[in-house]
Amino acid sequence: MTTAIVQPRVIYQRPSVLTDRPTHYCPGCGHGIVHRLIAELIDEMGLASRTIGVASVGCSVFAYDYLAVDFVESPHGRAPAVATGVRRARPEAFVFTYQGDGDLAAIGTAEIVHAAARGERITVVFVNNGIYGMTGGQMAPTTLLGQRTTSSPTGRDPGLAGYPIPITEMLALLPGVTYAARGSIADPGEIGRTKAMLRRAFEAQVWVPGLSIVEVLSTCPVGWGMTASEAMRHVGDAVVATYPLGVLVDRVAEPAGRAEGT
Amino acid sequence: MTQSASATALAMPAGAEHRREVRPVLMKGNEAMAEAAIQAGCDAYFGYPITPQAELLEHMARRMPELGRVFVQAESELGAINMGLGAAATGAKVLVSSSSPGISLMAEAMSYLAGSELPLVLINVMRGGPGLGSIGPSQSDYFQATRGHGHGDYRVPVLAPASIAEAVELVADAFELAARYRTPVMLLADGIQGQAMEPVVPVYRLPSWDAAAWELGGANGRAPRVVRSLHLSPEDLEAHNRHLQAKFADIAAREVRWAEEELEDAEVAIVAYGTAARVARTAVARGRARGLRLGLLRPTTLWPFPAEPVRRLAERVRAIVVVELSAGQMIDDVRLAADRTPVFFHGRMGGMVPTPGAILDCARTAWALTEARR
Amino acid sequence: MPDTGRAFQPVEIASERCKGCELCVGVCPKHVLELDLSSVNGIGHHPVTLTDPAPCTSCALCARVCPDAVFTVYARPRVA
Repeated sequence: MTTAIVQPRVIYQRPSVLTDRPTHYCPGCGHGIVHRLIAELIDEMGLASRTIGVASVGCSVFAYDYLAVDFVESPHGRAPAVATGVRRARPEAFVFTYQGDGDLAAIGTAEIVHAAARGERITVVFVNNGIYGMTGGQMAPTTLLGQRTTSSPTGRDPGLAGYPIPITEMLALLPGVTYAARGSIADPGEIGRTKAMLRRAFEAQVWVPGLSIVEVLSTCPVGWGMTASEAMRHVGDAVVATYPLGVLVDRVAEPAGRAEGT
Repeated sequence: MTQSASATALAMPAGAEHRREVRPVLMKGNEAMAEAAIQAGCDAYFGYPITPQAELLEHMARRMPELGRVFVQAESELGAINMGLGAAATGAKVLVSSSSPGISLMAEAMSYLAGSELPLVLINVMRGGPGLGSIGPSQSDYFQATRGHGHGDYRVPVLAPASIAEAVELVADAFELAARYRTPVMLLADGIQGQAMEPVVPVYRLPSWDAAAWELGGANGRAPRVVRSLHLSPEDLEAHNRHLQAKFADIAAREVRWAEEELEDAEVAIVAYGTAARVARTAVARGRARGLRLGLLRPTTLWPFPAEPVRRLAERVRAIVVVELSAGQMIDDVRLAADRTPVFFHGRMGGMVPTPGAILDCARTAWALTEARR
Repeated sequence: MPDTGRAFQPVEIASERCKGCELCVGVCPKHVLELDLSSVNGIGHHPVTLTDPAPCTSCALCARVCPDAVFTVYARPRVA
């Protein structure tokens, strides 16, 4: 009697767009998850041969070492402007930026607002962990009230440092934005929902003119002084109270709204 | 003046009547430079309005969409130069223009462009400074242009036209230098050159351009490429800087340009560029008419600076007079090259322009004070 | 690929890539993932290991949460 063994079906394997290089990110850092989601989507949607990524400055400055697609490095905050130049010069390319909270919501505020206002046909992946990881854990524009960082050691005081900025809500007001959503990586369920948001944002770029953006609430275990699992719970418990999850605007199903004035 | 390849007659500037033979067209400097870039095959223009170069942006706003090419008025000069960086990374021929305060905003990106070895042409139509300054012409960005402008060890070729017609030629040369050496190139004009109107023969040269080996376009059938300036390991970054320095040495050895006028028997030589050189030319003519043997050395590349020609000149003349629309910036380079030969200076600032009479007075003073050197 | 001569391994772990962050340990519904404290990989961490393949249902929550993509997950084959 012989036993016929069927080859085991692969349920999950490492996406091919991820390079073999071990990442420099801290254990449990959310960047690894977001990189992986982007890689999975580029694989699934067959975009690798025409993708040009725009890397920014922050912990994720080395994104180009981990994603096997063409990349240009941008000065801090300027990624949406660099991406504008890339996309306008290469209309057939699929262009995304990968930016942290300082890059997008501090030094790069003008560039993201105007790329969105012009409806540049790019996708912005905005990784918000409420802290400046690479430079040692300083306060970010998205740091929560009361949160201790190395530049707000007694906790963020609105009288001194103002309030966390809801930049994605602000951008969603602009007609040039086709899709704006906020997800998190707090647990596998949220990771799955965030991947669906990223997919929708990628599809938006492929289907219609305009800018798509997904803000991903992520973690910085070392900067926050927590274990990776504690940091995930913090996102799910505390961060979402300031930055609610969900789709802020989805104009992808409709025709590009600018001409119609919507 | 160095000239390469045969001049190719391309499309006439919009609005010009078609004629059998090519006759000069009266063109505003800003528009002439813009059209020159278009005729040189510029794929993308990014800019922001600032006096005295707004007409350059406006000309591009009208012409580039007509030709199906890229035009973006950015949210700021920061946006414009970074858009230029992105487009340049894809191998596009990029022009960005601004004036002094906007150029200051571009320092960071110029450093990134140099470190990433991306070609791009940047036109600075200089105005009075520092700060908001004035909208009059100046040459007070010489230090900024020739001393790297942004952070780090790098140089950028700087071309300085002395007429609108020359500016048109130098735009094509700038693109060619940018591609040949994979470097940003600056064209330094001033407010007078931007605003004046002069005859331009609309015959243009298509510069050579080949970015296939490094441009980004999606890794279709090849390994992915990364355009960057980050090299975290000190050993890697030093090696990269050595490579850049070798490139700058190559440029310095091969691309120096200058013009000499009436220097064969000159006793006092004027060294000036751009608009200052044109005024100095009048001073030379007046001086000669009065028996004073003056001549003019006109650098056309400010970097690499024609140090060797100035050094040789200094050995022959008894004095050098430097004329600039500034407090004196190029004069440092002249002094370095001139060694022991006395160097005098005449300059105006803030948008004021030197007069031929004042330059002649300075040259007479230089002649008188160097009597012992005859 | 799993060897048919021994117990089926529903999960393959690239131990050399693991940073011991324990996110997978926390999400595994069958609690069959643990750090192997007896070993240290080339990047200085205790890698995760599958303590018992039998309860694993190939749900792939570990793979979904892993920042370093160390997991390959297989469906348990049916023997014909």
